Amino acid sequence: MGVVRNVLDDGLEGLDHNFLTGRIEDLVKWSRSRSSWGATFGLACCAIEMMGTGAPHYDLARFGMEVFRASPRQADIMIVAGRVSQKMAPVLRQVYDQMMEPKWVISMGVCASSGGMFNNYAIVQGVDQVVPVDVYAPGCPPTPETLIHAIETLHQLIEDGEIMRRRATSGAGANVHIQEIPAGITTPVILGSR
Amino acid sequence: MTIEETTTPVILHGCLLGDSRGQTVLFVPKSSYMSTMKKLVDDGYEMCVDLTAVDFLTHASRTLPDTVSPERFEIVVNLLSLSKRERLRVRVQVSESDPSIDSLFDLYPGTEAMEREVFDMFGISFAGHPDLTRILMPEDWQGHPLRKDFAQGRIPVQFKGAAS
Amino acid sequence: MTPRESDTIISAAAGTNEGNQELRSRSELTAKEVMREVGAVLRMSEADAALLAEVEADPGEDQTMIINMGPQHPSTHGVLRLMLELKGETVLRCKPIIGYLHTGMEKTGESLTFMQGGTNVTRMDYLSPLNNELVFSMATEKLLGIDGDIPERAVWIRMLLSELNRMSSHLLFMASNGMDIGAVSMMLYGWREREVVLRFFQKVTGLRMNHNFIRPGGVAADLPAGWRDDVMSILDMLPDRLGEYDVLMTNQPIWRERLQGVGVITQAEAIALGATGPILRSTGLAWDLRRDMPYMHYDELEFDVIVGSYGDAFDRYAIRLNEIRESMRIVRQILDRVPSGDFRIQDKKVTPPPRARIDESMEALIHHFKIFTEGFKVPEGEVYVAIESPRGEVGCYIASDGSPTPYRMHVRAPSFVNVQALPHMMRGGLVADAVAVISSVDPVLGEVDR
Repeated sequence: MGVVRNVLDDGLEGLDHNFLTGRIEDLVKWSRSRSSWGATFGLACCAIEMMGTGAPHYDLARFGMEVFRASPRQADIMIVAGRVSQKMAPVLRQVYDQMMEPKWVISMGVCASSGGMFNNYAIVQGVDQVVPVDVYAPGCPPTPETLIHAIETLHQLIEDGEIMRRRATSGAGANVHIQEIPAGITTPVILGSR
Repeated sequence: MTIEETTTPVILHGCLLGDSRGQTVLFVPKSSYMSTMKKLVDDGYEMCVDLTAVDFLTHASRTLPDTVSPERFEIVVNLLSLSKRERLRVRVQVSESDPSIDSLFDLYPGTEAMEREVFDMFGISFAGHPDLTRILMPEDWQGHPLRKDFAQGRIPVQFKGAAS
Repeated sequence: MTPRESDTIISAAAGTNEGNQELRSRSELTAKEVMREVGAVLRMSEADAALLAEVEADPGEDQTMIINMGPQHPSTHGVLRLMLELKGETVLRCKPIIGYLHTGMEKTGESLTFMQGGTNVTRMDYLSPLNNELVFSMATEKLLGIDGDIPERAVWIRMLLSELNRMSSHLLFMASNGMDIGAVSMMLYGWREREVVLRFFQKVTGLRMNHNFIRPGGVAADLPAGWRDDVMSILDMLPDRLGEYDVLMTNQPIWRERLQGVGVITQAEAIALGATGPILRSTGLAWDLRRDMPYMHYDELEFDVIVGSYGDAFDRYAIRLNEIRESMRIVRQILDRVPSGDFRIQDKKVTPPPRARIDESMEALIHHFKIFTEGFKVPEGEVYVAIESPRGEVGCYIASDGSPTPYRMHVRAPSFVNVQALPHMMRGGLVADAVAVISSVDPVLGEVDR
């Protein structure tokens, strides 16, 4: 009520401590990281853990990501969850191309990161052969905590602007490797350092 | 495989019946494949649960009954009788020079996808199959992956696998 | 340029065109091929099949549209691609195109030892991994000739885990089925219940999924202390939750409208197509391998086989819901009956020694080394062993040649065969029902494509 009284008495000069100033750039990066929507690209077992991460126990909604958009036009982060076969690779590329900039890719699981345990004719040995990857999350499948760590690392990097810088230097993905968090251990999710 | 050495070999529908770890196996020659399968349907084997193949290129010396001459490929059909609660396995020898056999589609429509998979993975064609195309590999893939002369396709990695 | 031509050009450029594997328009097909897609199971002509499904036998070319659903689609349980020929909203023909998750597991299996084989096989049906490991271990044991010597405790532990896996798989079915039909909150509820079971698995096997716990000879480790309390807490929590699902879904008019009469399959069709599991049971045939061809000690337990009457999607939903209840009943019986003893067979050639023994005994060290590097040799032969997984009959056919790796390892995946039933179930229905039908078949593409 004090604010209203001040304005009624003094007009605009009465408004103090009610403005936040900042750069538009920071505001945009903040909103991008807090409200990124994932593209559904669940392929195999990792997709089940990804769904589990969106489920109540691990809850991606608190990171702004509970909405998994089926249409790539409306998605920001493509989480490639699972093994990519020879037949699927062109489809993966097509979906990635349909996403609008800025877009990021998390390679979830060892099969997406490197081919995993399937070093054979049928599996693309690493999704980075097809799309530029920003964060690699290890695990077979990664526990929901690991996936959240990967997502939060990506969010932190988006908010810093670090990810765009890395991409500009490497010309491809940001190539961030995170550490796996084993299941059942209650550690706080460690975010990247500024 | 261990074949029960009985004094008289057991014959079912003109084909030799054998035993593999307690499971009944019928060795059917390719020439009488369709007619034998028809008789098995009439015997009560309503469901064909599995149709697959084995490439014996690197294990040509496998144990077979004397009357069965080994070929490179073997089609293995697993049948199930729901009424009698019994299983039967049928093994047919298919040669490398003529890798084709009759399709079971008219008897068991469920073999459609199974035969396509065998065609895709081994290159054995099925006469009378309505849609013999690849099913697992991309359409323009060259080669038949589960044949023994098709390499696994490993890329070299820095560490050595345990079973290399 | 007709829409079809431009589609072909775009998809060919992107590499996603699968040529002959795709659904082709009627003018390009022979009569036999159309019959396959339409009425082949019943061995009818296309005209007769059309009468059954109340669709036009020969619609004009400009009245139908071929659309593509998938492989990336929120409702196709994995990377299943469906090409549908539509007339308006009615599905005339449907062709599933699979292979988008083909991993070469059978080829990989030929280069992994029998001890390592579980890691490979478990990733086929990733919703019930313990069942895959179980069937592979059982086939290996049969080849080794030790299938009668597995210790009792190991067998009962295997049964416990198998039934808990059935529960977690069916809970995921409830979640995904609910979401596909539109009851999105069901997704959250189903996962909430599933998490509790996964945490128990994590406590026992060390992993939430893809456990590699059931190995030839027994299980990898003993059950941890306090496991009975954990299982009891699961069994105490679930019945009320399942009652909530009954209120939310089973008795709800919208749910019934969407599922009753949708995706009907007859018993003859199901048997001809080789469909097993809830699909076959929904047609009225009470075929369950645990009851009809029992393995392990299922013949000593009391449980019912749930059967439907109409062969529609609602029956399959109800069957799976009640199978969760039956699995709970089985687990309650197993709880009292797990004996003490070894959790794996004491055959030194097959089972690695306990870690502590390696420091004490040279022989144990050598056995450990041999088993983990070279692997144990399995005598020549071939077997096919099948068990009842949540999706139907999962079987493992192994042909061995006396070496430590399988010569040929083939898994008969229930979803691979069940997917063949999709065109028959979808014909004559609406596009929206297509999603409900796929969901009711509950395919897992990992085992479809292997």
